[in-house]
Formats: sequence, structure tokens, C-alpha cells
Amino acid sequence: MAKRDRLSGNEAVAIALRQINPDVFPAFPITPSTEIPQYFASFVANGLVDTEFIPVESEHSSMSAAIGASAAGARSLTATSSCGLAYMWEELYIAASNRLPLALALVNRALSGPININCDHSDSMGARDAGWIQIYAENNQEAYDNMVQAYRISEHKDVRLPIMICQDGFITSHAVENIELLEDEEVKNFVGEYCPENYLLNPECPMAVGPYSITDYYMEAKRNQAEGMKNVKQVVLDVAKEFAQLSGREYGLFEAYRLEDADRAVVMIGSAAGTTKDAIDRLRENGEKVGLLKIRLYRPFPAEEIAKALSGVKAVAVMDRAEGYSNQGGPLGADVMAALFRARSNAFAVNYIYGLGGRDVRVEDMEGVFADLKQIIEDGDAGETYRYLGIRE
Amino acid sequence: MSNLTEIRWHGRGGQGAKTAALLLADVAFQTGKYVQGFPEYGPERMGAPITAYNRISDTVIRVHSNIYNPQYVVVVDESLLEAVDVTSGLKKDGAILVNTQRTKEEIIPHLRGYEGKVYIIDAHKVSLATMGKYFPNTPMLAAIVKVAGIMEEETFLREMRASFNHKFAGKPEVIDGNMQALKMAFQEVQ
Repeated sequence: MAKRDRLSGNEAVAIALRQINPDVFPAFPITPSTEIPQYFASFVANGLVDTEFIPVESEHSSMSAAIGASAAGARSLTATSSCGLAYMWEELYIAASNRLPLALALVNRALSGPININCDHSDSMGARDAGWIQIYAENNQEAYDNMVQAYRISEHKDVRLPIMICQDGFITSHAVENIELLEDEEVKNFVGEYCPENYLLNPECPMAVGPYSITDYYMEAKRNQAEGMKNVKQVVLDVAKEFAQLSGREYGLFEAYRLEDADRAVVMIGSAAGTTKDAIDRLRENGEKVGLLKIRLYRPFPAEEIAKALSGVKAVAVMDRAEGYSNQGGPLGADVMAALFRARSNAFAVNYIYGLGGRDVRVEDMEGVFADLKQIIEDGDAGETYRYLGIRE
Repeated sequence: MSNLTEIRWHGRGGQGAKTAALLLADVAFQTGKYVQGFPEYGPERMGAPITAYNRISDTVIRVHSNIYNPQYVVVVDESLLEAVDVTSGLKKDGAILVNTQRTKEEIIPHLRGYEGKVYIIDAHKVSLATMGKYFPNTPMLAAIVKVAGIMEEETFLREMRASFNHKFAGKPEVIDGNMQALKMAFQEVQ
């Protein structure tokens, strides 16, 4: 039986973790993710979980400890934001290259500087090439649901890769919203016991984890990682299907909202997708054919599926909540445009940088983006393809 | 969306405006509504102006932006009347609620020509009388529930007791004072 509740995004993720009851949770606090280990520490203190909770002295150490635990054969995770993720950089690659299926509850926050505690995606976008699976949420419900599905994806024998479950700092992490929770027992059964095939503390089968690789082997190791990544899409879909049977809530690689007959589309990640849906409904009332493609799985990038979903549109605006400093736009823009090019799309595509450092995104802002796309179609010219939304000139 | 109520809170860091917004989301949820309660942080320090928001609706809330045209504004600290444009975007058919020891007539000239309804409450008096210390957010919460007609007093008090039992599980001795503050604020708001 589902339980209706109202929770902040951080509390929702913490409750998912309580229901999962992982083996090891090392943590170091940083705004706005701090509440996740904080709530979890109270679960530990109250005996609601039997997780080994390890307060460490830095994010470098929290990720290192999560890696060590995972290599030993435990189900582990940590949580962080912004500069905390940056401080884990080296370890992110270690986790992925050792094929360790640990989880990171990431609460997206701008990287310094200027110092800023609010939401953008510069932290996780910078880590997009680290070999982690990245899944993003629009709201608290999705953050919770994604956390419940995380280990089923990352621990799958065809995958065995670490997974980052991302949500927007403050906008969802600190906002209390309605949510439906699963019963503890349902989550426990859905996630299941972690039974690694190979692990460091198995006396029957001694092994090395993270050894030096000479040039003769390094490239094959990396290619192997890429193979694991190739299998992620199918596993994400399979797990989502099973999750839908349990919860009634359906997930895919992305969400297509009123996209079927749309001639204009926005592609974006995270909480502003909800705001965009309101803009779409308003414009649809006036007969405007507009839609949204909201990315859920960003790494690996479901390029073919996205290009197919956008095949009917005449103009696309790709929204990046992170700069790429390529003079071309942001990372999502580059990925979507490459996908469209490979699919020989004739659609006009422009890339907006928006919402940096928590800059608010209003329904009117998104109506403006759709108006820009209308103009582009009328002009038959995309004009400047690298744009900023809501910037004061 | 006529069934949507939007509220904006203005307070100073440490006064509990964010907590009040979250508690309001909490009690409104108990009446079967869809809710949002969220803060907007500037510099994280005591005394800095902070804003918090509530949306309360009969239908699912998807928008994740701040609130620019609220029906109600709650001013937890009246020194903000000079520092912040608290009536910005406030709907004329809405209302503003100010925590003050002054009279309504004295407050109105500081509202930059706002033409809608004005309510006041002396949260200082209520707080000291019931809790012995200055916690303005508890009286302000009760006052806005009454002003905005979010729910009946009886329902509100029942749900708040349940909320406090949860929130103050570690220090139950403060619950009665908070409950008295809510009741008194319901009478005192004018």
C-alpha cells in the first residue's frame, strides 16, 4: 500500500535509503545535501537501519570509504553537492573503472566561484565523463523513486557501474511537496539482497582491486567499462517496468510531455521541467503545438531514442543549467545536437544556458523560449544558437 | 487556476519564516491539498532577509519557480517594510499580514501604496505571553491560516498538535506553549 506524505527532496531520499538499509554510508556534510546524511544518522541512532555510518573528514574520504566498502563486497553510498563532488573527482573514476556499483545521492549545486549555494548542474555535468550512470529528477517523487531503483540498475550483472541520483539543490531538496512512499517491505523486496560475484573479502577467491595496468591492458579495461555502459539503457527500462508494477509510476529513459504532435520542443533536465509543463499547457490552450523532452538518464546518453522522439519537430531549444565554455553552449546542447546530426535531422536547434547559481526560471521565461522557436521557424533561420535565458545585459 | 493559493513570507534569518512555511505546507497537506513550502536563501546568516513560499492547491503543483504575484504576504519582521519591497506583485484582492506593535493606521503608510487588505498582529506580545521568549513564527503561522481562510481553527489546532508532537519529540515541554501561541494568535490578529 502506498503511503501519501509530504516531504522535502532530501528527506525523501533519506527515507528511500532507510528502506534500502545499505551496508555502509560514509559522509561529509555540504549544503544543500547535508540533510541526507543528517536524517540518515538519526535512523542509525534510532536503530531503524543497521548501516555502518562513517563520519569522515572530507568528501575525498567519503568517496574513498564508499569505494573501499563496495570493493569489499558491501552495498555502499555517499551523498554530496558542488565542491564536495569536485573534491571526489579522482575517486569517481576509481569507482567506475573498478566496476563498483555504489550510489551517490547528489544534490545539484553550483560550483564556485563566485561562491554560491544554489542550484545548477555544473557539478554533475563536470562529472559526466567519469563513467558513472547519471539519473536526474524533476521533483521529490522522482528523486525518491530513482533512489529506490538505483541499486537494481548499478548492481545488475550486465552493468556493474556506480550510479549518481541527482536532484536540484534547494528547489527540490528543501521544498516540501506531496509524495507517495512505498511500504518498507515493498522497497526491501524490490531492491533485494546484494550478492556480489567477486569481492575483496571473499577468502574462496582472492583478487586484486585497482591494480596498476600497463599500456597493454589499459585500453581494453576502458573498453570493458564502455560495454557495461552500453547495457545500462535496457536495464534502466527493465527496472522501470518492474517499478511501475509496484508503484503505478512509469519511468523511461526520458519523459516526452505533449511531444507527439509538437512542432516545437524544449529539452531539459531537472525541476524546471515542471515549470515548462505549465508553460506548455498554457500555450496549448491557444492551439500552439509545443512539447517537452525531459531527460531522466543522462549518462549513458540515449541519443537515438531522443532523436527519434524529436523527429517530428521543426525547432528545438536545448536548456543547459551549466556552462561548457566551448563558446558553443552547454553539455546537454552538445549531446542533443550531435544526436540530431547523426539522425540527419533538419530541425533548427538552439542552446540556452539558464538557471545558473539558482537563477529562477518562471513559466513566462519558458513561454518566451517557445516564442523564440516560433520566430526561428518563421525566419527559417536559427540565428545565434548559443543563448542565455534571463540574463541582465 | 482559481483554486491555487500563493503565499510569500518575508523574515530575517533565525526567526523561523522558513519553518513556518514548511509547517503551513504540513497542515494544508493534512486537509488533502497539494502543497509546496520552500525557502529562498540569500546569504546564510542570522538576521539577513530571507523569503519563503507556499503554494496550496486542489490540483498537482508542477511549477518550481518563486512566487511573484502572491495573494498573501506575511511580514515576520516589520523592519523589512523599509528594507524590502514586500508588497511587490501582491494581488489587490489579496492581503498583507504584518507583525507589529503599531496600529494598522501607522503601518499602512509604509506599504508603498498597497490597496488591498491589511492585517496586523503583535506576535511579540503573543510569543512572550505564551512561550516566554520571542518566536514570532508560531503566532504568524496561526494568523495567516486565519487571514487566508486555509482551514477551520479546530482542524488547524488538531493538526498542529500532531505536527508539534513529531517536530518537538525531543523537547515535549515546548509543545503546550506553542499551542497556546497558536490559539492566542487566532484571537489577536486584526
